[in-house]
Amino acid sequence: MEKGKGETFSLKKCPTGINGLDEMTQGGLPRGRTTLVYGGPGCGKTVLAMEFLYRGIMNYQEPGVFLAFEEPQKSLVTNFASMGFHLSEAIDKGKLLIDFVKIDPAEITEAGDFNLDPVFIRLEQAIQKTGAKRVAIDTIETIFSALTKVEKLRSEIKRLFQWLSEKGMTAIVTGEEGRNEATKYGLEEYVSDCVIVLDNRIREQVSKRRLRILKYRGSSHIADECPFLISSNGFSVLPVTSLELNHPAGNERISTGVSDLDDLMSGLGYYRGSSILVSGTAGTGKSSIAAHFVEAACKRNERCLYLSFEESVDQIVRNMKSIKIDLSPYIENGLLTIKSERTSTLGLEEHLLKLHRLIEDQSPKVVIMDPITNFFSVGNFTEVKNMLTRILDFLKQHEITGFFTSLTEPDNSREQTTVGISSIMDTWIVSQDYQDKNEKKRILYLLKSRGMGHSRAIKEMHITPEGVKLTKPHFNLERDKLDDN
Amino acid sequence: MENEQHKSIILKLYIAGTTEKSQAEAERLQEVCENHFPGKYKIEVIDLLERPQLASDEQIFAVPTLVRDLPLPVRKVIGDFSNVEKALVGLDLLPRSH
Repeated sequence: MEKGKGETFSLKKCPTGINGLDEMTQGGLPRGRTTLVYGGPGCGKTVLAMEFLYRGIMNYQEPGVFLAFEEPQKSLVTNFASMGFHLSEAIDKGKLLIDFVKIDPAEITEAGDFNLDPVFIRLEQAIQKTGAKRVAIDTIETIFSALTKVEKLRSEIKRLFQWLSEKGMTAIVTGEEGRNEATKYGLEEYVSDCVIVLDNRIREQVSKRRLRILKYRGSSHIADECPFLISSNGFSVLPVTSLELNHPAGNERISTGVSDLDDLMSGLGYYRGSSILVSGTAGTGKSSIAAHFVEAACKRNERCLYLSFEESVDQIVRNMKSIKIDLSPYIENGLLTIKSERTSTLGLEEHLLKLHRLIEDQSPKVVIMDPITNFFSVGNFTEVKNMLTRILDFLKQHEITGFFTSLTEPDNSREQTTVGISSIMDTWIVSQDYQDKNEKKRILYLLKSRGMGHSRAIKEMHITPEGVKLTKPHFNLERDKLDDN
Repeated sequence: MENEQHKSIILKLYIAGTTEKSQAEAERLQEVCENHFPGKYKIEVIDLLERPQLASDEQIFAVPTLVRDLPLPVRKVIGDFSNVEKALVGLDLLPRSH
């Protein structure tokens, strides 16, 4: 952030109302200026441009004008209806005006010099009729298909952008990605304030959309390439990290639901709003520890969201009943929501977005994800870690306690994975099998727990019909037999 | 006044503000049409500054634009036409090898 003495003017911003974009731009697009949004075919530039207008109308009482060069009003209205954008309503109320500039090269012959005054006249008319504050032009480059005087067109387009600024319009103009230049006809030369690039790559049959703010004059912004989605709610950008790490860090402690485990944490349990990782091989009681935590939260009358990537709701409820945890009353009274879904049905970004929606919808105090290692079927380590970082960020901002399980392989082939993920967690509990002579035991210990005094004792874990108990090991523990540490 | 329905050629010249140049062009257009299609044509000069709504109604995005409304299909010539005959060729009103 640049905030020097020399900064005498403050750049006014125009919030887009688009999920995540205002965070990336630290408040929105430059007000009264033109922003260029460009990318290849199908990258979502039309959606971004239209949503900017639609959110302006719905959230900020700012009418808008959409100058369409590619699609007539009817098809825009139909396409956007599937995203829940009621364009026709906005049009009927006089808040939105779509002017389709039909350019049919087949009926046009070019003679001598010309200018684009009629485009200005049309915009002027539309701005007057609606009282517009926002304008979207999608995409004016179409005009180059009908007319050959490129230099003339470019100077006219430049004049148009200047005129929009003089009119005080906050505008988005879209452009088609070029081969050598950013855009085919060099529109970027005339837009000096803000340029956004969209990208749609297909990898392993999954489309990966990315948004990047190429430049934003006079404003700090997130410069990272960030994933975005176009879903039934329109555009959502998912910033990789928040600009400021100002999560509320409370001192409130909440019980783990296992009193012996609380004891390892000064008898107090986890910090509210922290992140907890429980790692272990299959059958080491990770889900049981999760269920205890869920039950404890429900008993405190807190909403819980349990995302299971392996077991069905019925399986979870049945299994936990065997250790005297009855979750069904909480499901019935709505305190607990269990969602069971295979990770492979969605891409990572869809998972993230879905989680955002669920959290906004349900406002839980506790979120369980069991197990997060299943995400590695959808993305590589860096991608999964990035996603988890964003989830943790989001949970922390909402003071939600996040509880994650991680499945490790008996041969430790995934150890690095768990270690890598644990770095972003506040608390890391390891539960694992321990071979004691001829008997298999379970042990549990707290490998780390940020910000609290905690016991480093290694406990033997018993999964009993009364729930999870931790005791002093009833066997001679050899530390060098432990996988971690 | 002749009935418009008898006109087989209807031309509209769209401009944005009257200039000497645009007036001269309109006059020259009139002259050439009178030569080639006496009694069969009608020319309308439309100043979009006075009738702005027509810009979107008639899908005009550049000026000057000379539109052949009749005979169908619609044809447009965009840009100044110092050579009216050439413009009329562009509108398929005169043969190319004129």
